[in-house]
Amino acid sequence: MMSTVSSNGSKPAKTPRKNPVAGVATWADDRLGLASAAKKQVRKVFPDHWSFMLGEIALWSFVILLLTGTFLTLWFKPSMGEVVYNGSYDQLRGVSMSEAYESTLHLSFDVRGGLLMRQMHHWAAMLFVGAMFVHMMRVFMTGAFRKPREVNWMIGGLLLMLGILEGFAGYSLPDDLLSGTGLRIAQGLMQAIPVVGTYISFFAFGGEFPGDVIISRLYTVHILLIPGILLALIGAHMLLLVYQKHTQWPGPGRTNDNVVGYPMMPVYAAKAGGFFFIVFGVTALMGGLMSLNPVWRFGPYNPSQVTAGSQPDWYMGVAEGLLRIMPGWESHIFGFTISWNILVPGVIMPGVIYTVFFVYPFIEAWITGDKREHHLLQRPRNAPTRTAFLAGMMTLYGLLWLAGGNDIIAKQFHLNLNYITYFMRAAVFIGPVIAFLIARRWCIALQRADRDRLLHGYETGIIMRSPEGTYAEKHLPISTEQAFTLTSRDRDALVAPPSDADENGVANRKVKMMRLRSKLSSYWYGTTIQKPTRAELEEAHEHSAHELAKHEDGHQHLTSGEYNGDYALDGQAADGHQFDGRHAIEGDELRKH
Amino acid sequence: MSDSNNNPGHDVVGRGGHRPARDLATVGHGGDPIEDPGLHPHVPRPTDVDEAAEKRAERQVATLFGLSSVFAILFVVAYITLKIGDKPTLFLGYGASNVALGTTLGLALLCIGVGAIQWARKLMSDVEIVEARHPSASSETDRTEAVAALNQGITDSGIGRRPLIRNSLLGAMGTLALPLVVLLRDLGPLPEGDLSGTVWKKGMRVVNDVAGTPIKPEEVQIGQLINAEPAVFFEEENGKPKFEGSRLNQAKGKAAVIVVRMRPSDITPAKGRENWGVEGILCYSKICTHVGCPISLWEQQTHHLLCPCHQSTFDLANNGKVVFGPAARSLPQLPLMVDSEGYLVAQRDFDEPVGPSFWERGDR
Repeated sequence: MMSTVSSNGSKPAKTPRKNPVAGVATWADDRLGLASAAKKQVRKVFPDHWSFMLGEIALWSFVILLLTGTFLTLWFKPSMGEVVYNGSYDQLRGVSMSEAYESTLHLSFDVRGGLLMRQMHHWAAMLFVGAMFVHMMRVFMTGAFRKPREVNWMIGGLLLMLGILEGFAGYSLPDDLLSGTGLRIAQGLMQAIPVVGTYISFFAFGGEFPGDVIISRLYTVHILLIPGILLALIGAHMLLLVYQKHTQWPGPGRTNDNVVGYPMMPVYAAKAGGFFFIVFGVTALMGGLMSLNPVWRFGPYNPSQVTAGSQPDWYMGVAEGLLRIMPGWESHIFGFTISWNILVPGVIMPGVIYTVFFVYPFIEAWITGDKREHHLLQRPRNAPTRTAFLAGMMTLYGLLWLAGGNDIIAKQFHLNLNYITYFMRAAVFIGPVIAFLIARRWCIALQRADRDRLLHGYETGIIMRSPEGTYAEKHLPISTEQAFTLTSRDRDALVAPPSDADENGVANRKVKMMRLRSKLSSYWYGTTIQKPTRAELEEAHEHSAHELAKHEDGHQHLTSGEYNGDYALDGQAADGHQFDGRHAIEGDELRKH
Repeated sequence: MSDSNNNPGHDVVGRGGHRPARDLATVGHGGDPIEDPGLHPHVPRPTDVDEAAEKRAERQVATLFGLSSVFAILFVVAYITLKIGDKPTLFLGYGASNVALGTTLGLALLCIGVGAIQWARKLMSDVEIVEARHPSASSETDRTEAVAALNQGITDSGIGRRPLIRNSLLGAMGTLALPLVVLLRDLGPLPEGDLSGTVWKKGMRVVNDVAGTPIKPEEVQIGQLINAEPAVFFEEENGKPKFEGSRLNQAKGKAAVIVVRMRPSDITPAKGRENWGVEGILCYSKICTHVGCPISLWEQQTHHLLCPCHQSTFDLANNGKVVFGPAARSLPQLPLMVDSEGYLVAQRDFDEPVGPSFWERGDR
């Protein structure tokens, strides 16, 4: 039985009183054994950094999606049966439309708070996918996907893919002209799949497009199937996070073997719980103030109509861009048609890009030969090739995204649509390469700057003029804590090419692979800057001491450029500053000889 | 360890990749150049040492929580008092109700969130705690025991010794996939020939797609484009439309057409298409051959028709040939003629399937 001793133990309880909370806790623990699990988790430590909040946005958006989505299901009718609209919205009264569209209009104009919930649901979906994307990039750039977290990386990849599908299924449901156009394009993609395409399309749509079942089928997928899988995967994602503990940034006292931060109770419970309300609140403000998918303006779906300037939700923009810039290639073999113009952008490219990212942790581990556990994050500059790869991919993404809006760009900037498309066709190949090269050099330059700070200290901005007239900038050493943080990263280890003994000893194929791996490894790490060794640090310090040693005339002589260490005139107005009114000049005089 | 390249500072692991795993401490010529100075000592915040600051923070948090209640009540007030539906674009393009509900709900939630975080940052202990990590892998003993237990289970089941049971079970599980797959058969009909034909047939009038009025050639101006449909969509049988609901949409998704009139001298008909038009009036499928969007952006002077979805562009003066964009096929053309009353009608159905390509379509 729990006693009622006060938690800080300073004042012993005098009259034991029955505590109702303790009573309930005991009742529950007798049956569920919660205490054994709780004792470890209640004060579990989470490291603190703003970038760890990105995944949290995705998590909370998902919760908001469940809440607002449940509200919407109470009115939405997933049916393509024809009805005549007779609700509050003047312009569409008397128009025949599907029940799905009619109930969406009803939700928007005749249910109080209905439009707010609809828009919150849609904004939260945008946020959900966006936060997952940014979170994934954070994980990628900082190397948080490395062993032992590869499985969680892949779960995250599945979450992202399902999130995008879920979003597409969701915005297809209102059966307005825009969502119907999206479905038409999806149907075209399905139909282009070789051999089974028409069958897939007929089975999905229950016959010819648009049919009368697709909305109710998508509804089941949207509110039951995908959310169920998402929920299970999010659970697994979180469980693995708790089991493996969160990664942390290096710093004083932070090692690969510990985790430093604040406890779950009370700090993270309050911060994460509070953050849920902030995400929820921001979503509500967006739903109240920012228009999104005004389906009443588009009208009901009609397969012979389309709006110029139709745009999908932002996360489908890349697929749209791929479709738009692909040349119209089609082959005919033995009387069958292969539509490369649809297959390449619609099936092959997304598949390839997705697979590369899905298995990326294993590709990198193979190239670098790194099989250790990593719990300390890397600064993006310290993995130049990886960071540059991401920069290339982001460039590709951005270009395709722009290509997905080529008509909008042409209209807004009065440009020729065809030239934009031709430009994009080349840019998607050239742009990523340029971005890769720049980002890689940039990272290495930043690494050099870090190394300079370690070896020569930081620039104080104080320019000293020596009695001889030489100008030099004084450098001061950075703090030990900063220096430690800069140096707490691994040295990059190259994979050696196979030796002669190996070449004779193992199968030829394997030797070729090993040679390739060694080459890739030296490209991967080839020009990266390693942290200085202890000897190099000491040498740098000795060097400065030597530079500032007294000459035979009994004085220190500065050479132009920069210096660190102690110069006799440091802190004195040796540079003529005694006249600027901010320096004490009493007893301050220049050497007289 | 020896450098086999000229990158000082790098280490080389694994001769020929046979020794990939190594201890962190052994990596590097110099090891860690700077010793870990240890966790930075805790620096107290103003609220830790200044009672006035602490009280102020406490008041801030309580005020935020209080404000949240106020906004929640305002939400209820807005819900009851503001009507919806009467003026849907009163304020910021919305009804007043949506704006008021969103703002009050948002602020009620934000106040709780900001209050809780302020509480955590200013008043809860900010002393950092260190927790040791444990390797993700189980211990060797656990592994051995788990493998032993698993092997024991396998041995006890006798699955290795009784291949008859094992194989028949595997067979049964495999066969079970059949009912699961077959169950999905009735998701839809088989495609058969449904994709190759439309409702167009000989003599069917080409009508305006809004009013269903038939079109006389002399009513069509040069350069004009008319969105049109087969007359059957507007016909009734026993007082009911011949096509309605999803059947109408399915038929419309294939049979929608556009009618354009160009100067006959501008048109270069392909062989066999010389008499498909009437006095420079041609009729093409409206469904894009790329992924099926309806096309209707018409450039009168160039005779180009542009799809708003992916910008495939077709030259209607040149048999609907693709001049730009991702579409691979020409726009199918519907042969036209005039009937006895002088209205535009189809000579027959399209010669090829309309809309996006598919595997069985062949090279027609």
